[in-house]
Amino acid sequence: MSSISLPTYKPADFASGQDVRWCPGCGDYAILAAVKKVLASRDVPKEKYVFVSGIGCSSRFPYYLDTYGIHGIHGRAPAIATGVRCANPDLEVWVITGDGDGLSIGGNHMMHAIRRNMDMKILLFNNRIYGLTKGQYSPTSEQHKKTKSTPMGSIDTPIQPTGFVLGCGATFVARATDVNRGGVNVLPEVLLAAADHRGTAFVEIYQDCNVFNHRAFFYATEKETAKETTVHVKHGKPYIFGNNNDKAIAINRCGAIEVVNVRDVSPDELLVHDEADRCRAFMLTQMRYPEYPEPMGVIYRESQPTYHDLLWAQINEAKEEHGEGTLEDLFSEGSTWVVE
Amino acid sequence: MVSDAASSSTPTHQDLQSVAIRFCGDSGDGMQFAGTEFTNTSVMFGNEVVTFPDYPAEIRAPLGTTYGVSGFQIQFSSSEIYTPGDNVQVLIAMNPAGLKVNIEDVEPGGIVIVNKDAFTPGNVKKAGYTDNPLKDGSLAHYHVCKVPVTRLTKESLVDSGMGGKAIGQAKNMFMLGLVYWLYDRSLEQTIRALTEFFGEKKKKPRVAEMNVAALKAGYFFGETAELFPVRYRVSRAKQEPGTYRKIAGNQATALGLITAAQLAKKPLFYGSYPITPASDILHALSTYKHFGVKTVQLEDEIAAMCSLIGASFAGDIAVTATSGPGMALKTEAIGLGVIMELPMVIVNVQRAGPSTGLPTKTEQSDLLQAVHGRNAETPLIVLAARGPGDCFTTAIESVRLALKYMTPVVMLTDGYIANGAGPWRIPDPADLLPIEVAHPTERNHEIDGKPVYAPYLRDEHLARPWALPGTPGLEHRIGGLEKMDVSGDVSYDAENHQHMVDARAAKIAKAADDFPPIELNGRDTGDVLLVGWGGTFGAIYTAAQRLVDEGHRVTSIHLRHLNPLPNGLGDILRGFKKVVVPELNRGQLRMLLRAEYLVDAIGINKVQGRPFLVSELVDRVKEILSED
Ligand code: SF4
Repeated sequence: MSSISLPTYKPADFASGQDVRWCPGCGDYAILAAVKKVLASRDVPKEKYVFVSGIGCSSRFPYYLDTYGIHGIHGRAPAIATGVRCANPDLEVWVITGDGDGLSIGGNHMMHAIRRNMDMKILLFNNRIYGLTKGQYSPTSEQHKKTKSTPMGSIDTPIQPTGFVLGCGATFVARATDVNRGGVNVLPEVLLAAADHRGTAFVEIYQDCNVFNHRAFFYATEKETAKETTVHVKHGKPYIFGNNNDKAIAINRCGAIEVVNVRDVSPDELLVHDEADRCRAFMLTQMRYPEYPEPMGVIYRESQPTYHDLLWAQINEAKEEHGEGTLEDLFSEGSTWVVE
Repeated sequence: MVSDAASSSTPTHQDLQSVAIRFCGDSGDGMQFAGTEFTNTSVMFGNEVVTFPDYPAEIRAPLGTTYGVSGFQIQFSSSEIYTPGDNVQVLIAMNPAGLKVNIEDVEPGGIVIVNKDAFTPGNVKKAGYTDNPLKDGSLAHYHVCKVPVTRLTKESLVDSGMGGKAIGQAKNMFMLGLVYWLYDRSLEQTIRALTEFFGEKKKKPRVAEMNVAALKAGYFFGETAELFPVRYRVSRAKQEPGTYRKIAGNQATALGLITAAQLAKKPLFYGSYPITPASDILHALSTYKHFGVKTVQLEDEIAAMCSLIGASFAGDIAVTATSGPGMALKTEAIGLGVIMELPMVIVNVQRAGPSTGLPTKTEQSDLLQAVHGRNAETPLIVLAARGPGDCFTTAIESVRLALKYMTPVVMLTDGYIANGAGPWRIPDPADLLPIEVAHPTERNHEIDGKPVYAPYLRDEHLARPWALPGTPGLEHRIGGLEKMDVSGDVSYDAENHQHMVDARAAKIAKAADDFPPIELNGRDTGDVLLVGWGGTFGAIYTAAQRLVDEGHRVTSIHLRHLNPLPNGLGDILRGFKKVVVPELNRGQLRMLLRAEYLVDAIGINKVQGRPFLVSELVDRVKEILSED
C-alpha cells in the first residue's frame, strides 16, 4: 500500500544558509526563529512558500529562509505578492514588512491588498522607527519623539496599525511581541493562526530595534510589566490580565470600557472576547498603554471568499459560458469578410 | 456653389479612387459612433481604410464650443493607403463650432454638409463667428449642403413614441444615412450594429428601432432631396486573399498578447491601472477570461507594475499597459524587473505631455523614457508598432523576446494608432510560431560538490533560468540588491557589480541578433534617407513614395526595434547624403542615432498632438534636398 508522505521538517530546514545581518540583539531574530518553527510544524512543502518583502531591516527576512522569495522595492511587497497570488493559487504567500515600509510608503498597497482579501499573510514588524536609514521617526513613532529628523520632537500623530487594517476590512487581525519575558509569548499561536487563515492575515509584531529605538516596547515584553500592560485575548474568554490575574475589562454604566478588579464585579459583567465581532475588535485596537492593557493574540477573524477564489470563479464561469477560447475564435469574432 | 434641399438634378455615379471624410460635432453628438460605423461599413465593403478619431479629453465638453469639438476622420480607398489623408474632401459638421474648427482642412470644392438647425445665432456666436457662415458667403469655395437635420430627424421619428431627448440623439444616424446614400453604401452593417448595441446589449429595442429609422430616413432623404448632382463610388481595393476584419490598435495589442500567451502555452496576467489612451486594452482583455486571461485592476500604476514582478516570478506571462505619466510611476518597479531578470511586457500608449499634457492627443515623446528613463544602468528591449494591425505582431514579438531574454520589454504605441483602425487580415493560427518556454526542474549547478540551483547561471543568449515557485529543490530568493553572478546571492563585490552591469547590457545588445533585417522602402543609396519609428509609418512611407514619384532619390526605413537598434542600421545610414528623422517629438530618435552612429541626422519635428501630414513631410524634405 502506498501512502503520500508528508514532509517532516525541523526549523533548521528552513534556514537558507545566508549570514543573518541584523544587529546583534535585534528583535527580528526572535521573529525569524518563530516563523521557522511555525513553517516546520505545518504540512506544507517548503517549495510552496513565497516570502515577499519591501525595503527596510525587516525586509531582509526572505533571504534567511530556504523558500522562494522576493526582496522587492520600498513599500510594494503587497502589490508584488498580489501578482504571485494571482499567478498561482497553490502557493502560500507571506509578506514581511515594517512600519515605514508597510504604513508610510506602502500604505496604499497595504490598504488595497487587505480590502481585496488577497490570500496572504502580512507580518508587520513595528519598531516605531526607521532602522535601515539610521534612525528617523516612522509613522508609528509617538508624537514628540526626538529622532535624527525631528530634533525638536515629532509633530506627527502616529498611525495605529491594527485599527487601520480593520478599517480596510481585514478578515484577520492579530498582534504579538517579538519576545515576552513576563507573560505568555503569543507569537507562535498567532503565526500559526495566521498561516491557517484564508484571506489576508495581518499580524502586527512589536519589535525591538535595539540600536535606534531600544526599549520602545519593553512595557509589553518585560517580566515586571508585561502582564500588567498587555492582555492575551482568547475567543470566548474574558479579558483577564495583571500580575495576579486580577484585572479585567468591563463596560461601565455609561457604555465606556474600563479596567476593573475581577473581585469587584460579578463574572457575567466581564466582557468576553468574540473574534467575530468587528466593533469589539475596533475597540480593542484602540486600547493603548498606559490607559489600558494592549491586546495580544487574535483580535479579529472572519471567513470571506479570497480574491483569487473569486478571480478563478469568474474564469471558470467564462469558460463554461463561452467554452475554452481558441485562436480561431479570437481572430474571427465580430464582423469578418473574405477577399478571394 | 451652395445648394439647398430644394435644388434638383438627376444624380449619376462618379468613380473615385479614394475619399477622406471627417465627421465633427459636439463631443455628445455621437460623431465617434458615426465615424466608427462608416469605417465598419467601408472595411466590410472591401476598401482600404485608415481612421483618425480625435476627441477632447473632457467626456462631455461644454456644448457648442470649439474646444468641445469631437472629430472622426476616415480615408477609404480602392488602392493602398497609409494615412487618413492630409485634407478631406467631405466635412460633416453637426454645429458651427465643428465647422469653424475643421473647415480649413477641407479641399477647395469639397463637400460640406451641415446641420442647418444648429446654426442658431447663439451657437454661431459661441463658435466665435461674428456672422452666420452659412449666409455670409465665406463658404463660397465649397459645395455646401444645408440640411435641417434636427427637424428632419424629429419629423421622421414622430411616430416612434420616444421622447425629444432620445430623438435628438439620433441626429447622427440621420446624417450617417445621408452620407451612406452619397457614397452608395449599404445600411446593413450599421443596422446590425444598432440592433446589437441598443437592442441586445443595452436591452433597449425601441432605441435601436428609432436609430435604425433615423438612419433610413437620412438615406431616403439623400435619395429624394437631390442635394447632390452625383453619387460617388469608391470600389473595392485589391487586397491579399484571406479573411479580414476591422481592428483598432489597442484591440490588436490585446489580441496579440492573448495569442502570445497561447503560443507559449501559459496564462496571461494583465495588471493595470486605467489611463487614457491605454484603458481600451484593459477593457478588451477583461472580456477574454475564457482564454484564462487574468485582468487585475490595481490600486495605482506602481502596484500594477509590481504585480507583474510577482506574476512573472510565479510563472505567468505578465503584461501591463499605460501611458506616459503612468510609465513615470512604473519606473522603479521596471528597474526591479531588470535586475531580477524576469520576463514582462510594458505597453506604453504614448500621448502628448509633459505631465498630464493632452491626454487624448498623440505624440511620440516617450522614446527616451523607454530606452533610458530609469535610475542607473538599466537596459531593456524597446519595440514600437507602426500601425493598428501591427500592434498584434509587435505584441507577440515583445512577449517572445521577453521570454527568450528574460527581460522586461517596452512596447510603444501611441494614441493615433491605438484608436485608429483599419482592415486586418486574420492570420492562420497554424502559421504562428510557438513560443518556447522552459522551466528548470533540476538543480543546474554545483557549488563545493553540492548540487544547487543557480538562478543567475546564463544560457547562450545570456538569459538566466526561470525556476518557478512550487518546484521542489529550486527554492531561491532574488530581489533588488545586486546579486552574485551565477549563485544570485546578495553581493556588494566591486568586480562582480561591474560584471553584472556589463552582462545585463550584453544580454540586451545580443537580442539584436534576433531581429529581422531592416526593410528598405527604396534603394540603398540616395540623397535622403527618411528614418521613422512608430505610428508615423503611414505618413513617412507615403511621403517617400511621392518624392520618388517626383524623381527624388529618397528612401525610407521604419524601425520597429529601438533598443537595441537593429544590426546593419549604421551601414544603411551611411549610404545616403542626408539622414532625415521625422518624429512627433523634438528629436529623440535623432538623438539616439547621432549618439550611436555619429551621423549628422536632421529632424522634422512636430508636437501639436496631431499626426504628420504627408504634404508637410514632402515639402520639408524638398527643402532639405535643396539645401547644400
Ligand atoms: S537597526 Fe534596529 S531594526 Fe534594524 S537590524 Fe538593527 S536593531 Fe534590528
